[in-house]
Amino acid sequence: MASAPSPTLRRGLRVVGHGIREQPRWFALAVLGSSVYGVMTVATATVIGKVVREVVGPAITARHVSADQLWYAGLLLSAVTLVNIAGIVVRRIAAGITFNNLAALYRRRVTRQYLRLPLSWHHRHPSGQLLSNANADVEATWQVFQPLPMALGVIVMLTVATVQMFLVDPVLAAIGLLVFPMLFVANLAFQRRMSPLVTTSQQLRAEVSEVAHESFEAALIVKSMGREDHEGARFTHVTDRLKNANIEVGRTRGLFDPAIEGIPTLGTLAVLAVGTARVASGQLTAAEVVQIAYLFSLLSFPVRALGWVLAELPRTVVGWGRVDAVLQAKGVMQYGDRALVHDGASRVQADQASYSYDVSREDGTVTKTSPAVRSVNLDVLAGGTTALVGPTGSGKSTLASLVLRLIDPDSGLVRLDGVNLRDVVQGGVPEVGSLVAQQTFLFDDTVRGNVTLGAPASDDEVWHALRISQADGFVAALPQGLDTRVGERGASLSGGQRQRIALARAVIRNPQLLVLDDATSAVDPSVEQAILAGLRELGSSEVGNSADHSPGTTVLVVAYRMATIALADDVVYMENGRVVDHAPHQQLLERCTGYARLVTAYAREAAERAAVLADEDHLDATGAGA
Amino acid sequence: MSPATRSRPVPDATLIESSQQLSTWATLRRGLELSPELRKGIGVTVMLALISTLGRVVVPFVVQQTTDRGIMAASGPDIGLVLRLVLLAGCGVVLTAVTSYFVNVRLFRASESGLATLRIKAFRHIHDLSMLTQNTERRGSLVSRVTSDVDTISMFVQFGGLMLIVSLGQLTLATVLMVIYSPLLAAVVWLCFVPLFFLIRRFQGIVGRAFTQVRERVGELLGAVSESVVGAATIRAYGVEDRTATRIDTAIENHRRASVSAQIKAVAAFTSGQLVSGLTTAVIVVIGTVLAVHGQMTLGELLAFLFLVQLFTQPVQTATEILNEMQNAVAGWRRVIAVIDTPADVADPADQGQSLPRGPITVVFEGVGFAYPGGDPVLHEIDLRIAPRSRIAIVGATGSGKTTLAKLLTRLMDPTVGSVQIDGVDLRAVRFSSLRSRVVLVPQEGFLFDTTLLDNIRFGKPVATDDDVRLALTELGLDDWLAGLPQGLRTDVGQRGESLSAGERQLVALARAYLADPDLLVLDEATSAVDPATEVRVQRALDSLSRGRTSITIAHRLSTAEAADEVIVVDKGRIVERGPHRDLEGAGGVYAALHASWVAQQQGA
Ligand SMILES: Nc1ncnc2c1ncn2[C@@H]1O[C@H](COP(=O)(O)OP(=O)(O)OP(=O)(O)O)[C@@H](O)[C@H]1O
Ligand SMILES: Nc1ncnc2c1ncn2[C@@H]1O[C@H](COP(=O)(O)OP(=O)(O)OP(=O)(O)O)[C@@H](O)[C@H]1O
Ligand SMILES: [Mg+2]
Ligand SMILES: [Mg+2]
Repeated sequence: MASAPSPTLRRGLRVVGHGIREQPRWFALAVLGSSVYGVMTVATATVIGKVVREVVGPAITARHVSADQLWYAGLLLSAVTLVNIAGIVVRRIAAGITFNNLAALYRRRVTRQYLRLPLSWHHRHPSGQLLSNANADVEATWQVFQPLPMALGVIVMLTVATVQMFLVDPVLAAIGLLVFPMLFVANLAFQRRMSPLVTTSQQLRAEVSEVAHESFEAALIVKSMGREDHEGARFTHVTDRLKNANIEVGRTRGLFDPAIEGIPTLGTLAVLAVGTARVASGQLTAAEVVQIAYLFSLLSFPVRALGWVLAELPRTVVGWGRVDAVLQAKGVMQYGDRALVHDGASRVQADQASYSYDVSREDGTVTKTSPAVRSVNLDVLAGGTTALVGPTGSGKSTLASLVLRLIDPDSGLVRLDGVNLRDVVQGGVPEVGSLVAQQTFLFDDTVRGNVTLGAPASDDEVWHALRISQADGFVAALPQGLDTRVGERGASLSGGQRQRIALARAVIRNPQLLVLDDATSAVDPSVEQAILAGLRELGSSEVGNSADHSPGTTVLVVAYRMATIALADDVVYMENGRVVDHAPHQQLLERCTGYARLVTAYAREAAERAAVLADEDHLDATGAGA
Repeated sequence: MSPATRSRPVPDATLIESSQQLSTWATLRRGLELSPELRKGIGVTVMLALISTLGRVVVPFVVQQTTDRGIMAASGPDIGLVLRLVLLAGCGVVLTAVTSYFVNVRLFRASESGLATLRIKAFRHIHDLSMLTQNTERRGSLVSRVTSDVDTISMFVQFGGLMLIVSLGQLTLATVLMVIYSPLLAAVVWLCFVPLFFLIRRFQGIVGRAFTQVRERVGELLGAVSESVVGAATIRAYGVEDRTATRIDTAIENHRRASVSAQIKAVAAFTSGQLVSGLTTAVIVVIGTVLAVHGQMTLGELLAFLFLVQLFTQPVQTATEILNEMQNAVAGWRRVIAVIDTPADVADPADQGQSLPRGPITVVFEGVGFAYPGGDPVLHEIDLRIAPRSRIAIVGATGSGKTTLAKLLTRLMDPTVGSVQIDGVDLRAVRFSSLRSRVVLVPQEGFLFDTTLLDNIRFGKPVATDDDVRLALTELGLDDWLAGLPQGLRTDVGQRGESLSAGERQLVALARAYLADPDLLVLDEATSAVDPATEVRVQRALDSLSRGRTSITIAHRLSTAEAADEVIVVDKGRIVERGPHRDLEGAGGVYAALHASWVAQQQGA
């Protein structure tokens, strides 16, 4: 950290500079409006002085006033007011638009970045925090643009006023000018004290959002275990910390606000005292002192706008720091320029691919876990079906993610039809391959939207995909059929229904490579059978409606059930991130004990139970016979 | 998103209504009621604020007196008087500064405490809302109700409310002084402002509606962003970044439009105040001149009066500004109040309820039917008695109503007709504290907190020690797995538990329920992602240890059904068969068919 006079001021101004460059027109308009306002505010004082000198004073002395004179006075004052107000309107609206445009722009940038950053980055950042970055932090960054134009207008105002005062009386003007350095010093001190407080408060704001987000996501668990009070206590804890931090902020503001307000007033009083003395010694007229005193009293309120801007700067800097961290986050996936061929089933190869997850520690450092996938070699032949089997946590999902380039291997490489995935153009892999993830995710959208994901598709195509995934029956029964909204994450559907919609989403794309990660875990055995039968046809038969329907699909399926495995031409058995062996099912069953133990678990269990039951029956029988 | 597509498949009855019906006053009143801290000590604060206003008013008054009687005195400038007045004003400034400090600190403390209370109440109530009500709103939108919606209130309650009172005070004071100087001119000033007061009333409504729109758009915005964050994997897998971006952009743009529009309306409201103030000054100069010409006031008096007009217009302008701020606050407040005032329809009977003793549990369903709001019935006439200490398996096609049954059983929802009882007591009459300790559900969709394995497992029983947790894992046969974790129980599971594999997550969820040690354990496909060998091991452990307890297992892998004391078969919302596996297997019914496919699967088709 640099230890320059005021890093906050410097950094804050730099952020403001960014903002101005993004929205130069609206900002300029706001400043223009504000300058008009600044000039006109001073002009009000001058015009009142002028009217009093030229119209009111003489009229009273003459004990007569003409209608023309009154019109002149009235219209002049009204005109100044109108122009002043026009300036205010322009300033406020343009400032509001500048702020809102900047906020929208950065919300777009931040969320774009969320979409661009790799999954590994997402794993390390709580959703609540990301939500806060896109909302509260963006807002905190640009909020300064609301008072900023006014403050700049005030600077114009001060310049005009200073010139005027100097023209009237340099001595009084000098006294007035003394006020400005005092204000500046007070503001700087204020900012110094505020920066750390605001940083804490903004951090806690994000934490409150994190806790709330997580807790609401966990609502079902919280409810079913009766832990509402516990969650309440957790939320109370962060909320209280935020409260205390904000009170601390308030204490500091409470101290400085009145001081900053009082300084210009003291200036006015000094002007009056000294002014009177100068009138007495004949160096000034009374009217001149009044004019300057009036100017001062006019200025005392707007001058505080400078304070508002300075008070906003710490939030700007803190907010920007948090927003910029997202914008600057490294590791955005790089794409190559090679297209994938679109003629038939794809071949997938992994060559010594390894992958370790990042985990962030308490202290913010990031370390790697032990590899979830270790030096995996894999060759899934085009058009075939390969089953991926392995105990819980053995790395199957990780491998599936590697194959579709949701993540990049730390070492080694993955090829699709001979092309290294890293060299494929952006969007190339999803065009060719589809993943049905283990964890179903549905959008808060209609059934149709969830299946097509926005791609153009006819109703027939959608229904066809739903039929293959055995979802046509229940979708047809939904109140609005394809146009029924499924609620957030598909809340209005049963687990198996959600899973089948996710499956249809993959099927409709006629992928050359279909990766099913335990994608039928929530459906009953008979439906699963039907799905598998449908999928088997997907590759071979000419069922699609489009002319360019792909002639074949390679299927990589993570499965435990024998029926699914039996469908496969090849079975890959994983343990601890390694591929232990691969061979057709029967062969593997004979030669790989781990595999055999895993896939025959139910059968062994059933056999054992049968044996126990038989024993019991036997005992019962003998017991009865005895 | 167009309004048409935003509708949800649930009727209004369970929605968190935006309580737009609540008027501004009613909102403020209810808001103060919910945050009593806002009113605590307000008397002293207002007193202090009035003193500080007095100090603030002294200054322009002194300026005016100084010019009128000091500098412009007929007998030449009166330096002595001016100095005395300036000194007086100086004291006023200091007084203002000191009292303002106390006012500020008191206000900050009161408002922050009040808002913290409001946040906490809303948060807590969201957890009390029934599951169905919670599901009517996106999580992101719920979050906004305890974060940014509350934040919009803070500006107003910190300064606005009090400034409004102070402004009123200043307005009164200025009026009194004006009347003393010139009743006629004072009347003119008031006459000029009367139309403004009517205008402000109209503007309030317009501005209020505009801000309400903004708050709603914020909720939608957060919902859209939340989806892009939580659905990150799906979005990448399908390459639909662009589509998601378009959805988010729409939400961002809608929010921007609403904000700009609200701001323009607020500016219009504010400038009307400025305009009237400026024009009033002009009118006063003109009429004042006429009066002065006719000898009814001196020039000094006229100038003094102009100062007083300023003293009058300034609080009016401040007030119009604050009223806008208030509309913004009210818009946020309404959304928070709406949550708090949404009835929790599956409520804890609390003190009116019964606490049941722990021990073997009997479950009875009596003529139970259930329909999701706005939907057709999904369960019909369920009559069921589950004996204590039994192991029950519930099987049935997907969508047949198994999860629904489990949710009724654990009172996450109440039946539409009929009743569910434990130990002869209707669930609706059982205290939550008792119910939740006796009955625990492990839902289909497990969720882990972003903390250590240890804290996740003892979520339901925070007093458990490391050893208790370790023992539970050992009993479930998961000690090998635990031993494989480099940081053991201190392993961080990541947000939503995503640093674990899907199967591991389920094991943790299972251990969590197991450690909570309920009398009735309901497992809704709780081991669907676990490998067969581990599942068999865990299930066996549960069976051998659950002798005193009733367990109900919903599973598509029929190995559990084979081992259960009794199988309950659900089909299209009805119980169609029940009995031990051995009886049903050969009965040629729904179960027989299901089981046949299961066996076929096991044998490799
Ligand atoms: N995001 C993550 N961060 C850290 N570690 C992870 C992450 N995801 C998975 N792991 C770890 O990597 C290993 C492999 O996980 P993976 O999800 O690939 O297993 P899996 O074979 O799919 O298991 P399951 O059958 O349970 O789905 C596990 O030990 C898991 O704990
Ligand atoms: N929140 C909801 N709102 C409206 N309808 C719902 C909701 N949840 C479930 N349903 C409907 O109720 C029916 C029963 O769902 P339930 O979740 O009980 O099925 P299930 O037997 O558990 O199925 P699965 O085996 O797929 O988990 C389904 O048709 C489903 O679409
Ligand atoms: Mg997995
Ligand atoms: Mg279910």
